[in-house]
Amino acid sequence: MLDKNGIAKRIAREVKDGMYVNLGIGIPTLVANYVPSGIEVILQSENGLLGMGPFPWDGEEDADLINAGKQTVTTLPGSSIFDSAMSFGMIRAQKVDLTILGAMEVSENGDIANWKVPGKMVKGMGGAMDLVASAKNIIVAMQHCDKAGNSKLLPQCTLPLTGIHCIQKVVTDLGVFDIKEGAFHLLERAADVSIEEIQAKTAGKLVIPEVVGIVQ
Amino acid sequence: MGFNKVVKNANEACQGIEDGMTLMVGGFGLCGIPENCIAELVDKKVKGLTCISNNAGVDDFGLGLLLQGKQVKKMISSYVGENAEFERQMLSGELEVELIPQGTLATRCMAAGYGMPAIYTPAGVGTEVAEGKETRVFNGKTYLMEYAFDADFAIVKAWKGDTLGNLIFRSTARNFNPMMAMAGKITIAEVEELVPAGTLDPDHIHTPGIYVHRIFQGAKFEKRIEQRTTRKRD
Repeated sequence: MLDKNGIAKRIAREVKDGMYVNLGIGIPTLVANYVPSGIEVILQSENGLLGMGPFPWDGEEDADLINAGKQTVTTLPGSSIFDSAMSFGMIRAQKVDLTILGAMEVSENGDIANWKVPGKMVKGMGGAMDLVASAKNIIVAMQHCDKAGNSKLLPQCTLPLTGIHCIQKVVTDLGVFDIKEGAFHLLERAADVSIEEIQAKTAGKLVIPEVVGIVQ
Repeated sequence: MGFNKVVKNANEACQGIEDGMTLMVGGFGLCGIPENCIAELVDKKVKGLTCISNNAGVDDFGLGLLLQGKQVKKMISSYVGENAEFERQMLSGELEVELIPQGTLATRCMAAGYGMPAIYTPAGVGTEVAEGKETRVFNGKTYLMEYAFDADFAIVKAWKGDTLGNLIFRSTARNFNPMMAMAGKITIAEVEELVPAGTLDPDHIHTPGIYVHRIFQGAKFEKRIEQRTTRKRD
């Protein structure tokens, strides 16, 4: 099984030279640590920053410079700052090449639920609905099953939706899946996870090709 | 004679804000919030407010202070975590909350400032956000129609401003402030530094003074950090 860093590391291989990338909170944030050397990417933070740098050195934090998770960050040479309308303008206009976000549930037709659990305090969707409705290339990073062991890769989402028909790829602790033609297509499995286990833990329609790679 | 936009302080700036009004309040989290005006609204004890703001502050800072005083009737936000009093009021039904996608929030402010009655956005299509809303298909994709906001006052925070109301924001404290500045029937700007007109380079102005009705230099800016994340030096 992949741990959080393993999932992030695998997703980092989808990040290509010259991409503008938006990283969500949680596992997606870790992806930045594994972007291969020798390629150049620019991170977008939807509160209005392109060219997000690492956390500041101790003592150099600036209250005016935060990311969408409200963490203090830094700029990099070539960074730019803009308002929230322009930030979502570039998202809506599909200028951002890759969006990586977490989810509670994903369905076999690419629907995603990641913002609300009925009966629990609802904090809000933030920018997630805008991102999933507009981004052309979205990868979901999540655990394959919830804490009770229920599959999060479903025929249909049971939680309130964030967006419909929008997710193309899911990377979980068990493997890598493409979503197309109404099914999850297993591309790679974690080295110590069997195809049978993935089958048993995937509630949605699962297509297993002749050859299934191993997550490197 | 001429343009009299400069007011002495937050008290004078907030004249005319009354019970039941709709206010836009700039900022993202605690970054770039008009903290002097928020403190004034707490002192003023205005009640029944509808606040349009991306977040709702924390328990003891930002809009959380207005929630503590039970001054807010309704919050229109995209994300409201990190606030226990907010949660209590929401669950007890004292506080009405309308959650809307962040880009929709920003663009509905923008539309007001650009004089457009509504916008079309794909955010929320197929979700509960779309319930009861008009949709339209453009080039095979479905969009929701969302109305421009209508706010009695917009309260924003800028880094520098001049006596004609021209504003410059600093870093990501810009966020929602420019669009909200454009969207209020009356716009109040509190700035860290107020300078004479002619001091700022016209090419560097983010918000032209035509949108700003009242401006003052804030007495004090705490600029609290919500999530202090740093790297340790070796």
